[in-house]
Amino acid sequence: MKLLLAYSFANLTSAIHSGLSGSMGNETLVLITEMVITGICLLGFLVILSFFLGYMERKVAAFMQIRLGPNRVGPKGSLQIVADTVKLLFKEGLTPDASDKFLFNLAPFIVVVTSMLVMAPMAFAKGFQIWDLNIGILYVSSISSMGVIGILMAGWSSNNKYSLLGAMRSGAQIVSYELSIGLSLISIVILTGSLRISDIVMSQQNGWWLFKGHIPVIISFIIFIIASTAEINRAPFDLAEAESELTAGFHTEYSGMKFAMFLLSEYINLFVVSAIAATIFLGGWMPFHIGSWEGFNHIMDYIPSSLWFFGKTFFIIFVIMWFRWTFPRLRVDQLLNLEWKYLLPISMVNILLVTLIAIMGWHF
Amino acid sequence: MSALIEEDYITEEGEFVINIGPQHPSTHGVLHIKAWLDGETIKKVQPHLGYIHRSIEKMSESLSYRNFIFVTSRMDYISAHINNEACALAVEKGLQIEAPPRAQVIRILMAELTRLASHQLWWGATGLDLGAITPFFHAFREREAIITIMENTCGARLTQNYMVPGGVMYDLHPDFQKETKAIVKQVKEKLGEYEDLLTGNVIFEQRTKGVGYISKEDAISYGCSGPTARASGVSCDVRKWFPYDGYDKVVFDEVLDTGGDCYARYMVRMREMVQCCDIIDQLIDNIPEGDFQAKTKNVIKLPKGEFYQRVETARGELGVYLVSDGAASPYRIKYRSPNFSNLSALEHMAVGGKIGDLVAIMATLDLVIPDIDR
Amino acid sequence: MTNEELKQRFTELLPGAIYDETGEFLNVIINSEVLLPFVKELRNNDTLSFDYLFCLTCVDWKDHLMMVYHLLSKDHKHTVVVKAKITDITNPEIESVSSIWKTANFHEREVYDLFGVKFLNHPDLRRIFLDEDWPGHPLRKNYVDENMIEI
Repeated sequence: MKLLLAYSFANLTSAIHSGLSGSMGNETLVLITEMVITGICLLGFLVILSFFLGYMERKVAAFMQIRLGPNRVGPKGSLQIVADTVKLLFKEGLTPDASDKFLFNLAPFIVVVTSMLVMAPMAFAKGFQIWDLNIGILYVSSISSMGVIGILMAGWSSNNKYSLLGAMRSGAQIVSYELSIGLSLISIVILTGSLRISDIVMSQQNGWWLFKGHIPVIISFIIFIIASTAEINRAPFDLAEAESELTAGFHTEYSGMKFAMFLLSEYINLFVVSAIAATIFLGGWMPFHIGSWEGFNHIMDYIPSSLWFFGKTFFIIFVIMWFRWTFPRLRVDQLLNLEWKYLLPISMVNILLVTLIAIMGWHF
Repeated sequence: MSALIEEDYITEEGEFVINIGPQHPSTHGVLHIKAWLDGETIKKVQPHLGYIHRSIEKMSESLSYRNFIFVTSRMDYISAHINNEACALAVEKGLQIEAPPRAQVIRILMAELTRLASHQLWWGATGLDLGAITPFFHAFREREAIITIMENTCGARLTQNYMVPGGVMYDLHPDFQKETKAIVKQVKEKLGEYEDLLTGNVIFEQRTKGVGYISKEDAISYGCSGPTARASGVSCDVRKWFPYDGYDKVVFDEVLDTGGDCYARYMVRMREMVQCCDIIDQLIDNIPEGDFQAKTKNVIKLPKGEFYQRVETARGELGVYLVSDGAASPYRIKYRSPNFSNLSALEHMAVGGKIGDLVAIMATLDLVIPDIDR
Repeated sequence: MTNEELKQRFTELLPGAIYDETGEFLNVIINSEVLLPFVKELRNNDTLSFDYLFCLTCVDWKDHLMMVYHLLSKDHKHTVVVKAKITDITNPEIESVSSIWKTANFHEREVYDLFGVKFLNHPDLRRIFLDEDWPGHPLRKNYVDENMIEI
């Protein structure tokens, strides 16, 4: 076991824990206090994240379209998203008369909560995970599929034929692409032998899986990126919100803060999907190590682990944003064609290849 | 606009009717389409027109022969200059005069610049309809430069109002040659970028190849003209068939394709942009000196008779049918607009496809609705 | 074919037709009752082959209406203008040619809307630009509307 010189947040968290147990007596009370602190930190992080991602998206789009993007509100337009949020807060949240009121109001919350729940097993830095459960990958995969329920609820309860069409297209799309995502995740689980996220990250100590697992893992990675762009309803797979065809799809009837929830969940999903890709294929918070080159590895360890994690995640976010501003949109039958006729068979053959290299030890 | 009638709502089991428009997120205009759908498949398409009917034909019956030309700028406003050219030529046909050589060359240059700008806008709007937002900004960068050249000479960006029977209204701006050469050079370079962004893209090809097919016989029967018909192999370029204004002295190709689908219509327009640049290159250094306007009376009265003048706008063949009874205003004017006939082929092309296909077909038909409604 | 040859062919088909060559095209003026068989022959005959109907309109001459059809042949490159005279101006009717040229469908709807000419056997004769209950037909010379202004 090689020495990892990176700073571990485990020291910080255990210090807080002992400090709290010292001042309160009851173990349960300490636990509850820690949960509350974690919750508040997470929500704060997500709010800042969505501001940052919104700003990044608009600036990236602008530079690719030879224009400047937001540049008035705040230094270089950085407070634009704050202004947009305040505007959305002030808008009237109109509920259509003939809609199913309970489901209509519930749908945005389901969508946002399922997105946030997936953050639980994410490893942001060394020793900095909210909940390191032993079935981490399975948890991520199953909770993210629950978002479909919220979308279908939104489309159905709006009592509008365009919303219904959009919601059904979206539901079909998400459910289909789940399969490819699952198979890509499984390919790494086979190589690692564990579903626990911290195990997967530690197994990349001598190199990231993308490089260790060569060809089959590269195929998995590409399939994962394509399928997860489709999962989160982003272009070129965004026909659920295709403006030039069906107004705004499943969230046509929403306005005000509920509409903002849908946008928020889209950005959180984007972050989550990129974080998973970064963790599983690119090593998470693990610095860039090459096999047994001790000197090189030690130098890499001096860069903090949180910087590695966020660097990788934002790189993948940038690539996914790049797709949106480059490609036109796919038609719905072409989209489902892509999944069922191309991605799924390739994933299945790939799983066999990965199993083969795992058994024979043909990876680095 | 039509009120509710029973035929509009007859549906079979499982069908439903949706309205597309009249407000659109792209630059087509106010077109209201009722589509009968069975799931995602289109069974019937019915356009409802009249949202921007301004009775231009009736209005022209009380305007003078100098004034009625400028109302036509508002018809197909994206190739406004060419519309004006048709009207001016019709009046010149009646008066039996010809514009001086300098005026003719200026008219051709302006017409080709207009055609180039119109195709740029079409390219951006096609990308936008299909979901690629970036091409729109790139296309407008070139179009802005062309429109600025027009503003320097004609005084207006969109509705140029530069035509008079007998020639053009003002002489060219002194910087016209320099600026035009610069923009043509820029467009030729950027056409390679356009190919990279949209044409070679696999997703784009899948959305347009095999979509919205119309055969050669059907294209002729539906009266299609312009790039819509040329993509099905119908040779119909008015500049070649019935040359006007000195087009017979300019060397250029008529771009034909045999695909008949959306991709063929797209490629025809892309190649036409190259042809426009070639025509401008031939003429820009050889503008003859002389008058820019032939002498006409202040109050123009056409002799009794009928005159038909056709021109090639960016979208097809525009025909001006002028009936005169000797007065100072036309007795009857009929504008044979290219978009009206192209639209009638929409149902033929769209039935059997999906809604996404309908959007792709409307994008490549390049419709401008005020031209349809007049 | 030149205008002379065309005139000869038309006289064979329809002896009573009147010809007018003062304009740039050959004009054939016929009565509205004999329109349909005449134009069918123009379309289907291989040596005439007028397959492109590029303008269909109507002109109101106050005592009669004149339907104008501009025809072009893509193969032989000759043009002819067929004018069908409708003498009954209170109840104008004529056969539809939309079974021969599909473009006539929309054009005849426009003429029905703005002139009030009824086209027999048209598949879908409805007003195209104006409301269904709009009073009158605007492009007729005897059309009055209280909003019209003299200029």
